[in-house]
Amino acid sequence: MHGSRLRKNLLTAMLLGPATAWLVVFLVLPFIAIAVFSVGERAPEGGYQAAFTFAQYANLPARATAFWNTMVLAPVGALACLLVAYPVAYYLALRAPQRWRLILLALVVIPFWTSLLMRTYAWMYVLGGRGIPALLAYIGFEDVRLINTPGAVLLGIVYGYLPLMILPIYVSLERLDRRLLEASADLGATPLSTFLGVTLKLSLPGVMTGFSLVMILLLGEYLIPTLLGGGKVFFIGNALVDLFLQSRNWPFGSAIAITLVLVSVVVLIAANRISTRVSGARRVDLI
Amino acid sequence: MRAFVIAVFAFLYLPIALVVLFSFNAGHHASEFTGFSVQWYGKALANPFLVEALKNSLFIATTSASLAALCGTAAALGLARVSVRTRAVFDALLGAAIVVPGVVIGISTLVALVQLFGVVNPFLASIWPDGQPPRLALGYGSIIAAHGLFSMALVTMIVGTRLGSLDRNLVEASSDLYATPLTTFRSIVLPQILPAVVAGFLLAFTFSFDDFIVAFFVAGAQTTLPIYVFASIRRGVTPEINAIATIVLVASVLLVVLAQWQLRQRKPSN
Repeated sequence: MHGSRLRKNLLTAMLLGPATAWLVVFLVLPFIAIAVFSVGERAPEGGYQAAFTFAQYANLPARATAFWNTMVLAPVGALACLLVAYPVAYYLALRAPQRWRLILLALVVIPFWTSLLMRTYAWMYVLGGRGIPALLAYIGFEDVRLINTPGAVLLGIVYGYLPLMILPIYVSLERLDRRLLEASADLGATPLSTFLGVTLKLSLPGVMTGFSLVMILLLGEYLIPTLLGGGKVFFIGNALVDLFLQSRNWPFGSAIAITLVLVSVVVLIAANRISTRVSGARRVDLI
Repeated sequence: MRAFVIAVFAFLYLPIALVVLFSFNAGHHASEFTGFSVQWYGKALANPFLVEALKNSLFIATTSASLAALCGTAAALGLARVSVRTRAVFDALLGAAIVVPGVVIGISTLVALVQLFGVVNPFLASIWPDGQPPRLALGYGSIIAAHGLFSMALVTMIVGTRLGSLDRNLVEASSDLYATPLTTFRSIVLPQILPAVVAGFLLAFTFSFDDFIVAFFVAGAQTTLPIYVFASIRRGVTPEINAIATIVLVASVLLVVLAQWQLRQRKPSN
C-alpha cells in the first residue's frame, strides 16, 4: 500500500518535473533577475553593477514620452478594437447562420495565428508612398501622408489585435442563455434595454478579458509602432529595445520592465473586479 | 450589421491579399500590376542569407514545439493528479508565461542567461583539462528555451482542457476490466487527447516560426526568418519581401487550419 502510493507520487513528480524546471529556469528566475537588476546600477561599459538603489525608478520620467504614448495608445487602441470587435462577435454568436458560424470563426482565428510582422508589413505596404497615397494622388489629392503617424499606429493596433478581442466576446455571447433575451422581450423591454440590461451585461466577462489581454500585449508592443510609426511614435517596447540592445543600460531597462509588469497586473485585477461586480462572473478562458 | 461584419472581414484580409498579389508582380513597383511572374520567389530562394534564416527558423520551431508538446502533455497529465492548491500555483505560472508580453520575456531571459553564462563559462574554463573549453552563448538553445516556455504553457492548457472533458466512465470501466494503468492510458486516454497534443504542437510551431520579439533579444549571433525580414523591411519595401511574406503566411495558415481541424476531431459530445 505504502509502496504504491510512493510510486504514484514519483510518477506525478516525473510528469511535472520538466515543465516545473522550465517554468522556474525561464520564467521565475529571469523575473527575479530583472527585479534585482532594477535596483542596481549601470556598469561603466554598459551592463549591470551590483547596488541597492531606487535611482532607476526615480529616473523613469526620462522616458516619459514612451510611457505617455503607450499609456494613451494602449487603452485607446484596446477601446477601438472593442468597438469594432463587439458587433462582429455579436453577429457570429447570435445572428450568423449555423453552418457559416464555424467557418467565419476560423476566418477570425487564422490571422491571430499568422505572423504579426507580416500582417503589419502588409499595412506598411498599403499605407506607404506607393499604396493608398498613390491612389489618392491619382484622383487629385497630392501629398497625403498616412504612414509614420499616430493614426497609422492605431490602425495597425486594431488590425493586429482584433481577433484577440473578438474571440473572448464571442465565447461569452455564445454561452448566453437565449431564453433570457426572450424573457426580457416578453416582459416589455425594448430591444435597446434588453441589449444593455441582458446581452451587454452578461458578455462583460468576455469584454473585460479581451480588453485586458489586448491592453497588456499593447503595453509591450514593439513591431507596430516601429514599422507604422517610423521612429516618430515611441512605445515602451521601443525604449526597452534601445536600453537592452543599443545603449546597454540594463538596470534602467529592468526598472521599466518591472513597471510594465506591475501596470499589467493592475489592469488584470481591475478587469476582473469590474466583470465580477457587474455580471457576477470572472474572466473567460480562451482555450 | 451584416454589412459591417463583411467590411471587417475585408479589412482583415485585403491587406494580406494585396501582399500576395504583388508578390507575383512582374514589375518592381507596388502601384501598378504589370504582369504575372514568379521571379521574386526565385530571387528570394536564391538569397543565401534568407535560406539560412529560413533553415534556422524551421529547426528552432520544430525543436521547441516538440519539446513543448512532450513536456506540456506530461504536465497536463501530472496536473490531473495533484491537489487543488498545487494546481492553482501551476496554473498561475502557466498563465503568466502566456500573458506576459514578449518584450519582457525576451529581456528577462537575456538578462538571466547572460548572468548565468558569466558564472558558468569561467568555471568550465577552470576545470577543463586541456584544449579549448566549451563556451555557452546565446543562440539556438536560448531561442528554443524562450519559445518553448510560451509553447509548453499553451500545450499544457490545451491538453488539460481536453483531459477535463475526458469520459471518466471509460477510464473506470477499463480498470474494472483489469486493464493495467499503462494499458488504460494507451488505449483510452491517449487516443482521446492525441488531437489536442497535435493541435498544441502545430500552434507551438506556428508561434515559434512567427515570433520576432522574443528571438530579437535572445538570438545572439543567430538569425531567424522574422529577424531577417524585419531587418530587410527597415531597409525598404521590396517585392522580394512580398514573396517571403506570402510563403510564411501560406505556411502559417495551413498549420493553423490543420490545428483547428485536429481540435474539432473526435471532440467528446456531451
